Amino acid sequence: MLCRRIISCLDCDLAVPDGRVVKGVEFKKIRYAGVPWLLAEKYYKEGADEIVFLDITASHERRETMTKVIKKTSERVFVPLTIGGGISTVKDARKVFNAGADKVSINTAAIENPHLISELAKYYGTQACVVAIDAKRRYINNHEKEADKIIVDTPQGSCWYECSIYGGRKFTGVDAIKWATIAEELGAGEILLTSMDKDGRKDGYDIALNKKVCEKVKIPVIASGGCGKPEHILEVFNKSMVSAALAASIFHYESYSIPEVKEMLSKKGILIRL
Amino acid sequence: MKIAVIDYEMGNLKSVTNALSFLGAKPIIVKKPSRLRGDKIIVPGVGAFGKASQNLRPFSSKIEESLESNIPLLGICLGLQIFLEESDESPTEKGLALIKGKVRKIETNLRLPHIGWNSLEIKKKNCPLFKGVEEGYVYFIHSYEAVPEEDVVAATTEHGRQICASIWKNNVYGTQFHPEKSGKLGLEILRNFLEL
Repeated sequence: MLCRRIISCLDCDLAVPDGRVVKGVEFKKIRYAGVPWLLAEKYYKEGADEIVFLDITASHERRETMTKVIKKTSERVFVPLTIGGGISTVKDARKVFNAGADKVSINTAAIENPHLISELAKYYGTQACVVAIDAKRRYINNHEKEADKIIVDTPQGSCWYECSIYGGRKFTGVDAIKWATIAEELGAGEILLTSMDKDGRKDGYDIALNKKVCEKVKIPVIASGGCGKPEHILEVFNKSMVSAALAASIFHYESYSIPEVKEMLSKKGILIRL
Repeated sequence: MKIAVIDYEMGNLKSVTNALSFLGAKPIIVKKPSRLRGDKIIVPGVGAFGKASQNLRPFSSKIEESLESNIPLLGICLGLQIFLEESDESPTEKGLALIKGKVRKIETNLRLPHIGWNSLEIKKKNCPLFKGVEEGYVYFIHSYEAVPEEDVVAATTEHGRQICASIWKNNVYGTQFHPEKSGKLGLEILRNFLEL
């Protein structure tokens, strides 16, 4: 039986020579957390099932730094490594694969050019292409009809989810749940689903969102955004069919260690790799 | 020890060569069939069966020669699948036919691709790949499974039902999972291959 996965996410700012891991709050404020490959190695040794690097550098002149970070990481980390941020062509993807990445995660480029998903799937296989979706709740009034949108009931009211691109700076009008199903058809291997409402708030994953997307697609879904304590991971595993949970800050600041989190989940009956 | 890693343009070799270097071996990336020599040969590979079959074809006689000279061969993921005769994924393309049988799409109601850490159940305890290896979890990422028609399944895993996780026939070894991405347990399995 397949285990649920715990994915350790490192947001990287590559504007300094070796890059640095940072953590934003609600897609905005930034705090530093450490050297990318050293943190990745630490999490690997502690039992992270996968590592994700997201390049959050605003400019696109830092590619060389990313290559170095991937290379150094893949020499010492023997679990899957996913790279996201700023990948907009097959050529960009080739660079990170050649440096040692196993998967790429695409967001903005996939929405602007959905064909990129099929291209990546063709060259590198479905499994190498993760489509990242940043979803923001758009509440609706009772009388309001959003006929072309998938409406989800949440404890805070009914809403649809809008896709955001450029790291949360631009909204697209695209229905995030519908987009997930399209990405699947085009050849995405996994959906990395981030709730913009929950990200950085540390009060739990968006259960309604994760549940709905899992119902709509057959490929694995990775829950992201909102993890503040191990119980949040337990909750999203128990209440939705997500295959993996992504967490960043709860590990960065040593509030909780990966073994501690995994043991708790295992005790609560979640199948996990210990 | 020199390990030939065949580069037939099917995805990423870096993970495999990194793991080999980490274990103290010397990986040599081989792009031309005429250059195929080493103490061991590894066929990595992610991607689709059809293209893999076309790209690996020029290497096939060299691979067979190596096997005759008792050089161990390891196929990883798609590298394993290509050892069989054919695949549902590209019915018109032929595999290397080192193993009798086909590659089929995994039939399940569970999520596909089969991605993540799944249990390794060792069926052939005497298989050198699993020497001293305790059962545990290894990393899989695939939608097709090898269905050999001979008794070569060395380990299985479960995704809805039992599927082939590893094959072993004389000097031919294969893992459906990625030992280079399966943490400590994966490295142990890879080390066993290096120590053959």
